[in-house]
Amino acid sequence: MYRIAKDSINLLFAKIAEENALYLPVDNEKGSSEYKKWEDGTVMSEKLNTVRSPKDFFFPQVENLMEFKTEGKNIQLIDIREDSEDFVVFGVRACDVKSFEVLDNVFLNEPVDTYYKNRREHGVIIALACTRPAETCFCGTFGIDAASPAGDISAWMTDDTLYLEPNTEKGEKIIALLGDLVTECGAEAVEAQQESTRRIMKKLPLADLTTDAFGGDKTEEFFNAPEWATLSESCLGCGTCTFVCPTCQCYDIKDFNTGKGVIRYRCWDSCMYSEFTRMAHGNNRLSQLERFRQRFMHKLVYYPANNDGMFSCVGCGRCLAKCPISMNIVKVMKTLGGKNNG
Amino acid sequence: MAEIRDPLMPVIGVITDIRIDTPDIKTFRVVTPDGKKAFDHRPGQCAMLSIPGVGEAMFSITSSPTNTEYMEFSIKKCGCVTEWLHQAEVGQYVTVRGPYGNPFPVDDVFAGKNLLFIAGGVGLAPLRSVINYCRHYRDRYGKIDIVYGSRSKDDLLDYREIIEEWATDENVNVHLTIDREQEGWDGHVGFVPNYVKELGFDTDKVAVLCGPPIMIKFTLSGLYELGFEKTQIYTTLELRMKCGIGKCGRCNVGSKYVCKDGPVFRFDELDELPDEY
Repeated sequence: MYRIAKDSINLLFAKIAEENALYLPVDNEKGSSEYKKWEDGTVMSEKLNTVRSPKDFFFPQVENLMEFKTEGKNIQLIDIREDSEDFVVFGVRACDVKSFEVLDNVFLNEPVDTYYKNRREHGVIIALACTRPAETCFCGTFGIDAASPAGDISAWMTDDTLYLEPNTEKGEKIIALLGDLVTECGAEAVEAQQESTRRIMKKLPLADLTTDAFGGDKTEEFFNAPEWATLSESCLGCGTCTFVCPTCQCYDIKDFNTGKGVIRYRCWDSCMYSEFTRMAHGNNRLSQLERFRQRFMHKLVYYPANNDGMFSCVGCGRCLAKCPISMNIVKVMKTLGGKNNG
Repeated sequence: MAEIRDPLMPVIGVITDIRIDTPDIKTFRVVTPDGKKAFDHRPGQCAMLSIPGVGEAMFSITSSPTNTEYMEFSIKKCGCVTEWLHQAEVGQYVTVRGPYGNPFPVDDVFAGKNLLFIAGGVGLAPLRSVINYCRHYRDRYGKIDIVYGSRSKDDLLDYREIIEEWATDENVNVHLTIDREQEGWDGHVGFVPNYVKELGFDTDKVAVLCGPPIMIKFTLSGLYELGFEKTQIYTTLELRMKCGIGKCGRCNVGSKYVCKDGPVFRFDELDELPDEY
């Protein structure tokens, strides 16, 4: 483990930014935080719970895939892919780090998505342990320890010191880049903070929520559950939950005619939208109940069925904070998972 | 990174022939600009066809894998991309990527078996690939029965090929039907499910079904009445797709992705999926 005085953290950021684009949570005028590119003078936010998840770094909301030049009946395909910049994301919460694993299982499985893979290879994650988890947090439900985040480097910030523990080759490289700025130290330095965070986690309102009732073999048990009707009744189908969700990865592919050619791009899409499955000959999910059910069945049953039991939720709490009608995965898990859940 | 091709990146194709099959179905022949087949496929697999600027859509490859010169797609005019394709002329460039999905098990399960193909309307398109594959390797299979029906004589897809090639094959029985009486038609009249029951097939075969949902539903119950088991009946599904590689989430039903785990399913496999297809 390595340490640097908190006073010197700007020196650390400047050093990292010499060779990488550096992104970290920054306060915005609305009182929340969002990831911004660091430049001299940027102050890091104390709020790690950014409004948008960091999935944008690897799976941006919109990205151009390729271009076509058309002339008469002829078409020419232009590969516009470029190597991603080397970048570092600092201050990623434990839950959000876990979400990259969920996305990896989709995008890095054969056939590999080269756009995602390229960004993944060029990005370094410096995860920061939580010290002030919110009431909406329930990462523990998915076996995530907020006090011990994964990532290329795990980091802990105390009142006066930042501690860094590299976990991967990419993490080691960053430590090497930091050189004399950091000093080696023992891991016991962060234990007190970890214990304190874990104590807080245990007292959170959602601390007792479990996944016990869910898993890959539960399709039959839950698909026709009558509870979906009341759960989905007031869903507006706005898709906010999918957009703020760090693990939602459905996308659309569309063409844009620039007048000089055609850009084929992809953008986030949502299974909550009625258009999502609409075809010329019909729609296999006509009601909001069906669409609502699809989203939660995918996270709690279908995804685990295909990924050794891993759930497609990391308990980040963003959907709890942002749903305009206060419906969310926790209510679904409590309703379907039995009275004793949570 | 340019050396690794992304799975979403198509190859350029050119339409070299357009056959008008029915008032709303055309069959498009596609090759690469240097005259070759774009890629190999197995019977029942699909490909993404696109006109840049209009859109991309998934179609079954109707030509048999044994055709090494070109691919064919039988396409019904019913949406944005298909409308555009129906206006296209020979020489039009398109893009194509694939092949996608699981094929029919022609080399293991089907081998040595009697085969019963049942199709309705444009549902013949995905089966034509399998039928012609099995006809090509004729000695690998038993008796072949084909039941095919459409609204009218004019709506029968691949009519010339059926009459001139399939019906003249030894050990291939073709049973055509149309929904209503029509001048110049002296064949069977009636819906496919009833015709299947009238023909009364033995259960010593594998059945392959494709057609509109209502036809599938009634034909299935007809086959069950005849004593067929779910494990000997196959079909191919169609859902909206964008990526074709099990990532965009669109064709997800239960834990399966129709583009990747399908489109070919056996009916007992479909029973394990939620009823959402």
